[in-house]
Amino acid sequence: MLYYVGKRLLQAIPTLLIVITVSFFLMHMAPGGPFDGERQLPAEIEANLLATYHLDQPVWKQYLLYMGNLLQGDFGPSFRYKDFTVTELIMQGFPVSLELGLWAIGLALLIGLPMGIVAAIRRNSTVDYMVMGTALAGVAVPNFVIAPLLALVFGVLLAWLPVGGWNDGHWRNMVLPVVALSIQQIAYIARMMRASMIEVLGSQYIRTARAKGLAEYEVIWGHALRPALLPVVSYLGPAIAGIITGSVVIEQIFGIPGIGRYFVQGALNRDYTLVMGTVVFYGALIVLINLIVDLLYSALDPQIRYDH
Amino acid sequence: MTTEPTPTTLPFDGNSAGESLAGDAWRRLKQNRAATFSLFLLGLIAIACVAGPWLTPWGLNEVDWNAFTAPPSIADGHYAGTDANGRDLLTRTLYGGQISLSVALVATLVSLVIGVLYGAIAGYMGGRVDNLMMRFVDIMYSLPFMFLVILLMVVFGRNILLIYAAIGAVEWLDMSRIVRGQTLALKRREFVEAAHALGVKSTTIVTRHLIPNTLGPVIVYVTLTVPKVILLESFLSFLGLGVQEPMTSWGVLISEGKDMMQSAPWMLLVPSAFLAITLLCLNFLGDGLRDALDPKTR
Amino acid sequence: MTTPLLEIDRLRVDFHLPQGTVSAVKSLDLHIAPGETLALVGESGSGKSISSLAIMRLLPDLAEPSGSIRWHGKRGEEALLDTPLRRMRQIRGNEISMIFQEPMTSLNPLMRIGDQVREVLKKHTSLRGKTADERVIELFEQVGIPEPRRRIASYPYELSGGQRQRVMIAMALACEPKLLIADEPTTALDVTVQAQILRLLKDLQQRYGMAILFITHDLGVVRHFADRVCVMRHGEIVETASTQALFSAPQHPYTRMLIEAEPSGRKAPVDPSLPVLLEARDIKVRFALKKRLFRPSEYFDAVRGIDLDIRRGQTLGIVGESGSGKSTLGRALLRLLESSGDVRFDETDLTHLDGSAMRPIRSRMQVVFQDPFGSLSPRLTVGEIVSEGLRVHYPLLTRREREARVIETLEEVALDPAMRKRYPHEFSGGQRQRIAIARALVLKPEFLLLDEPTSALDRSVQATVIELLRTLQAKHDLTYLFISHDLAVVRALADSVIVMRQGEVVEQGETEALFRSPRDAYTRELMRAAFLDAVS
Repeated sequence: MLYYVGKRLLQAIPTLLIVITVSFFLMHMAPGGPFDGERQLPAEIEANLLATYHLDQPVWKQYLLYMGNLLQGDFGPSFRYKDFTVTELIMQGFPVSLELGLWAIGLALLIGLPMGIVAAIRRNSTVDYMVMGTALAGVAVPNFVIAPLLALVFGVLLAWLPVGGWNDGHWRNMVLPVVALSIQQIAYIARMMRASMIEVLGSQYIRTARAKGLAEYEVIWGHALRPALLPVVSYLGPAIAGIITGSVVIEQIFGIPGIGRYFVQGALNRDYTLVMGTVVFYGALIVLINLIVDLLYSALDPQIRYDH
Repeated sequence: MTTEPTPTTLPFDGNSAGESLAGDAWRRLKQNRAATFSLFLLGLIAIACVAGPWLTPWGLNEVDWNAFTAPPSIADGHYAGTDANGRDLLTRTLYGGQISLSVALVATLVSLVIGVLYGAIAGYMGGRVDNLMMRFVDIMYSLPFMFLVILLMVVFGRNILLIYAAIGAVEWLDMSRIVRGQTLALKRREFVEAAHALGVKSTTIVTRHLIPNTLGPVIVYVTLTVPKVILLESFLSFLGLGVQEPMTSWGVLISEGKDMMQSAPWMLLVPSAFLAITLLCLNFLGDGLRDALDPKTR
Repeated sequence: MTTPLLEIDRLRVDFHLPQGTVSAVKSLDLHIAPGETLALVGESGSGKSISSLAIMRLLPDLAEPSGSIRWHGKRGEEALLDTPLRRMRQIRGNEISMIFQEPMTSLNPLMRIGDQVREVLKKHTSLRGKTADERVIELFEQVGIPEPRRRIASYPYELSGGQRQRVMIAMALACEPKLLIADEPTTALDVTVQAQILRLLKDLQQRYGMAILFITHDLGVVRHFADRVCVMRHGEIVETASTQALFSAPQHPYTRMLIEAEPSGRKAPVDPSLPVLLEARDIKVRFALKKRLFRPSEYFDAVRGIDLDIRRGQTLGIVGESGSGKSTLGRALLRLLESSGDVRFDETDLTHLDGSAMRPIRSRMQVVFQDPFGSLSPRLTVGEIVSEGLRVHYPLLTRREREARVIETLEEVALDPAMRKRYPHEFSGGQRQRIAIARALVLKPEFLLLDEPTSALDRSVQATVIELLRTLQAKHDLTYLFISHDLAVVRALADSVIVMRQGEVVEQGETEALFRSPRDAYTRELMRAAFLDAVS
């Protein structure tokens, strides 16, 4: 088990290396530097700035420098937020993004799983058609459409909830972004759960369980649920990645001070170090999440062992 | 002993030709009302987007000085209202549809070509080549691709060709896995061995026996890729990283509409509705195709 | 006569499908006495499995049963079709239990096998905790699972097919039922395992004094196992009789046809002076189990050095259980997969021929596979499938000439040539196998590899295919290599036999001599199991 975790972490190194390298060189191929702003800076000030950020060195030297700093957890200074290092910005934004994301994935599971299970048990009934119709709408309407609509209806027209802002994570500020972020995943999870539940309910061992004299709820809880969950568990990796991606626009729309917003601001302002820092951070996060999901999966399925 | 189903044909009626699997699937698809209706609606939207901008009374960037942020009205020809600059929203939405749909088609095509070739080669070669090729796909999978695409946009500017290529390059991964899996499974099927035993050349086996049989899942996957790509493009455009002026797309229009939603809700609703209906139809069609082509019912 | 345990009167099961209603069971009457073994025999589609599921009320939702099923159990007479589902659940697994055909998929893959058995005890008895564990271990001992104390913590994937079926039996017997319904319990198993399971069922029947409703397609099994037999066809019982009467004097023509469909006939050995057509020396095949990039790979030796000679006009049978390497050997001889050793075909050394050098020889050695569903390309018409070889080997033929050859060949395998414009999925298994034979035959080969060509077919269909193969051999002076796990078929068709086990030859010789007096212990076990001497 520990060996397996260690091995997987080792395997993640090339992935992260690729992310870092690709993004570093992409950024440095960019036409125009971070200081080609609105007005031309005097030559000596620009040279000074470049020297401060080592931008006057050859690219390979900058690369090595950056890697060296990364190893010490230093993502370098932000080019735009002059008084902050990238690490500081990420550490400031991450707790906010994390809270938002955890609520969203929790809500997605809490609603999506029961929806899918009920639809599968009552297959081809009115309940099923209603649940699946809703789910399909959830798949088709992207979160950047849902978010403004929610804000319009509940924030502006009904004025029940604030239209934006974070307010240190007050629940009233969190409702709309969490709902907007989770709707699509609710829909995906419900559809996936329904499909896998239907497949499991048609399998031979469910017939065996019924032939033992088990009641229907015992069959579903005791025999069908766990195997039906397996595909959903393996979908959790992509689902969380989707929520992370989604949080970028949701934070933007609701004005939430998470990493997603820094990322977009950084991207629009050519803040090299900030963008790279976030990409590397997200890369590491996704690698870590995939590892956790794999461990969870193997806990559910005895056939997966750690020897490969 | 349930392997032998009752034959579907009863007495043979002379020379009648049989029904191919494709014909069979098409017949089943036609029985699926949601899918047929979706197909019809998609055709309609596509035609409207291609021909529409010429038919509406207003040009793409034509400013109506009498109607800034005007609500929908039949009388003055702004059937879906105008934006803050007095430009006709319906014209802009249909034009934006052209961009969104063309991005979807081209990017899907890119992912199709790369994915099918890569997957078929890996699956057919097998062994070490396959192992190496799929290890590469695994690594690509674990990259935070969305962010790399954004990075690409930032670095090279918002070039529409780049959007095509970048999105296509992301989406080919799934396609290659599907095609590889299909090829591996088909390669072990006895009809491929029988073809080898007949002395049929490898290239003929691939084109005559393997590729036609991977088509079903590939078609299904393509119909599911198109909406993903449309979504991705609008996502980028929404963030201000995709298509830019003077061009427009549904994502750009939704982003503009969001800022005006209190005073001019139609600016948000009209492009959103086009986007949502297109995505919904594509999903219905994909589901219908999957049911129609489902190998289990064969 | 004592009160029957189970009485079924005019059972009918209708399936309400979108295309209309189909009656899977039209009218079924049968009764089972306590302690009796009744066999319900029928070919695929006869409705026998549906009937057994109707007794347990386990039919899918689309199915609607009618008629009466009366059960004389612990609470006196009960009408099973009308009894509340709550009561039915008390009967299932307790008074009536059931085992199924597919041992690989009938157990929950995520649950320890001990827990799966304990669940039945918890449901129907007052046994809990340690006493329940003791009962599970006792049951595992009774069904012959080695090291039961350790095994209760195993998951199904850690068990072989035969062992899984033993777990299913333990589960079924846990509450000492009055009736055990066994739906093709040995069909998916190797013959030697089948014999063990049947023997086990017989022993346990005596120990528990239960009745068995044994559902099968295999008359050979019935003969040695059942007291009485019901023969079922198209959803109806055509004949019911004691086993002895049924086999000695079958009344209904369908029963007679089934009995006669048991493979019969023998092939005389060929003249040993005839030339050798195919000669193989020291054939070895190894598969890489895990290909690794930077470490040595793991291998499995499927065929471990086999020699054989096949003379013109001979039929060499290769028998063996699953995993014996018999199919792999066949493919290696046709150079369909990588192997080491020498293969000579009609004096030509095939060992070092590459794809294009091999091509002219391919038209002379052809193959027919087992799976009638997997062996035909699903998107080509029958005509295209059959003519594919002609395109490769006779590219100069005109379309009309090709068509003529296809028609001629289809007629030869007794298929209507008008079928050539249709697609494979429109045909039954037997018809597909004829198409596969036509595809091979159209090239007028001298040598045919027949890899289990009849194994997926019903006995009655099997008989006609065997007859066809015989006729074709006589007419075209064909040489066959016939691979099968079915000893009865091999005995009927082959003049000499090789017995394989774990990639090696265990015994070989002329068919009759080998079947009459097998020398090797494994061959003897195989024979006993196949002809079920051990059960009776």
